Amino acid sequence: MVTDNDLTKHLSEAQVSVEIQTEDMTLNIGPQHPSTHGVLRLVARVNGERCFDVRPVIGYMHRGYEKLSEVRTYLQITALINRIDWVSGYANEIPFIVAAEKLMDVEVPERAQYIRLILTEMARISSHLIFMASYPLELGAATPLFFALRDRERVLDLLEGVTGGRFHPNFNRIGGVKPNAGAGPTTKKTPQDLPAGFLADTRDAMSVVLDTCEEIEDLVAGNEIFRARTKGLGVLPPEVAAAFGVSGPNLRASGVNFDLRKVEDYLPYDKFDFDVVVGENGDCWDRWWVRLQEIRESTKIIQQAIDGIPPSGPLQAKVPKLIKVPQGETYVRAENPKGEMGYYLVSDGGTGPYRLKIRSASFSNISILSWILEGVLVPDIIAIMGSLDFVLGDVDR
Amino acid sequence: MIETITDVFSNFWVSLAGKLLLVATMVPLIGMLLGFAEMKLSAKMQSRVGPYFAGGRWGWAQLIADGVKFFQKEDLVPEDADSPVFKAAPILVLVGTVSLFLVIPFGPGLIFQDLSVGIFYALAISSVGTIGVLMAGWSSANKYSLMGGLRAAGQLIAYERPLVLAVVGSVIMAGTMSMSGIVEAQISVGFPFVVVQFVGFGIFMTAALAELARIPFDMPIAESELVMGYLTEYSGFRFLFFFLAEFANMFTLSAIAATLFLGGYWLPFVPESSLEFTGPLILVGKVFLLTFTMIWFRWTFPRFREDQLQTLAWKVLIPLALMNIAITATLKVVL
Repeated sequence: MVTDNDLTKHLSEAQVSVEIQTEDMTLNIGPQHPSTHGVLRLVARVNGERCFDVRPVIGYMHRGYEKLSEVRTYLQITALINRIDWVSGYANEIPFIVAAEKLMDVEVPERAQYIRLILTEMARISSHLIFMASYPLELGAATPLFFALRDRERVLDLLEGVTGGRFHPNFNRIGGVKPNAGAGPTTKKTPQDLPAGFLADTRDAMSVVLDTCEEIEDLVAGNEIFRARTKGLGVLPPEVAAAFGVSGPNLRASGVNFDLRKVEDYLPYDKFDFDVVVGENGDCWDRWWVRLQEIRESTKIIQQAIDGIPPSGPLQAKVPKLIKVPQGETYVRAENPKGEMGYYLVSDGGTGPYRLKIRSASFSNISILSWILEGVLVPDIIAIMGSLDFVLGDVDR
Repeated sequence: MIETITDVFSNFWVSLAGKLLLVATMVPLIGMLLGFAEMKLSAKMQSRVGPYFAGGRWGWAQLIADGVKFFQKEDLVPEDADSPVFKAAPILVLVGTVSLFLVIPFGPGLIFQDLSVGIFYALAISSVGTIGVLMAGWSSANKYSLMGGLRAAGQLIAYERPLVLAVVGSVIMAGTMSMSGIVEAQISVGFPFVVVQFVGFGIFMTAALAELARIPFDMPIAESELVMGYLTEYSGFRFLFFFLAEFANMFTLSAIAATLFLGGYWLPFVPESSLEFTGPLILVGKVFLLTFTMIWFRWTFPRFREDQLQTLAWKVLIPLALMNIAITATLKVVL
């Protein structure tokens, strides 16, 4: 019988006497690096290709939006907050506006609700298409980038048609959406809301997006190298994800069935039939796959919303000319493309918030980096980091 | 008149100068041609237009404009760089590539130097470039460059073996290591060796991709991880040297593959007497076919990870190549 002691003795005798002396190297990835999505800096201690300690350094893009909000009016703040996560600017506005409406006790007209919902889902599609474009690029495949960006442009064109801005729509008003929006002749008597043919164009665009999903799935998911690079890599167990406050598709990829669209009522999602996509293993592959499926679910929601939108009706609830939010505080959170986005709004009855705390998804999502990047190879740093899909504006605010 | 010209060219030094001039014009020309092909093909694959305005039509002058641009750029050597090594590296890479042109038969008798160990020479000289890459990575005084250079060295060790072993099958079949001898052997058996050496051909092309450090094996450059790998600190005409070497190397390795496996300058049903003139065209046609596949791969696949590449080389390609050699040798003896 071999005891532990014998084994250790045997191993120590069998050990080859040649031991290479290696020094650790500090590799500074970023703030200027092709794949840090902006100005994230990672200080990695590496031994050869193996990295054993990663420290993310953030704050290179801090713009002080929380403080700025205290000296701005509610109308001005929407222009700031859609610059937080700029790849889904429209979706950022919703929870803030809903928080203010909640304090003012304003009922938003149904048509405005539907328009908000359609545009939010379109922002989600455009954000996820960016991920579909950039993630294979980080693994070295350049072509999916062009496929995804080409059709994202269709979605953004439609968003621009309604709101006037591709990235920074600034379209929501307290009590509804901006009246007189979109193209077409406008007179004071009959305000236009959506541009002519918008709904039909959106329906077309959705089928194009679905085709692109097929195309991307063929090109990327069917690729052996892509599978080999992502499957089983960067596994994020659900309890760790929850402990770090990871949310959104990253959390669902770990197998947690949690979607604020099903839980909260900031937009009338309960009227639509869609699935919450949940991954199995929580690896990079699942995070990629969940986002691809979420694009498909979003197109489903938009198709249903186009069918269900009231053909006409007011876009704006009755609100006073000078908006003052009554004293109080509230927290509204929403399922943004990157994860949970929440605004903790404290009002002292003025024209602007007394204090606005922004809970952004990417900030919590990248807090996992030093945990998840421990002991991985240098190429996998990029593969895992990319799969978390963060935006630096959303991290630094 | 013609006799005097032949007389002049029979002089060793004159013919040497002529050959050098020919190679010196061929390398940039091929580099530009393939670079332009890559731009246009990748644009086609990615629903883009690609270069369009330079030169007035189809952007044909884009690569010339790029070349001129590179010469205008500042020749930057980092302060901490090991200057002589840093400057020698691109030259060494280009030399390794240019020397390969020596043994490629473009037609019967159309070869710069028909060495009796042609293919051996080609394989040996093609790895000189990797030393240049390692030098570039080491001397740049940049951590990304260093990692890129070391990756290139690791890749060389893993991929030189399958490359050499894949060639052995063809050499056994031809019974000679001379490049033109291998083509003549294919003419005499009446079919290109790829018909029986398809395993060898596949291994050779895979290993050639790794040798070229092109996607899916571009880990030494890996722009999303290592910024630009060993090229990070290079600018201006030194960068141009690397650029030219990459495309010229694509041409030469494809030409070697075409010679060993696809019949070189010979095509079935083309009369042998006309090969003096059609030979170069046939070879270039085959080379373009192979380079097209390389470009196609480049814009379709993601990148392997270094350890996955090593696994592929040592556990799949080398055993396959060895089996291929054993079977070829046995059949050669039996038949």
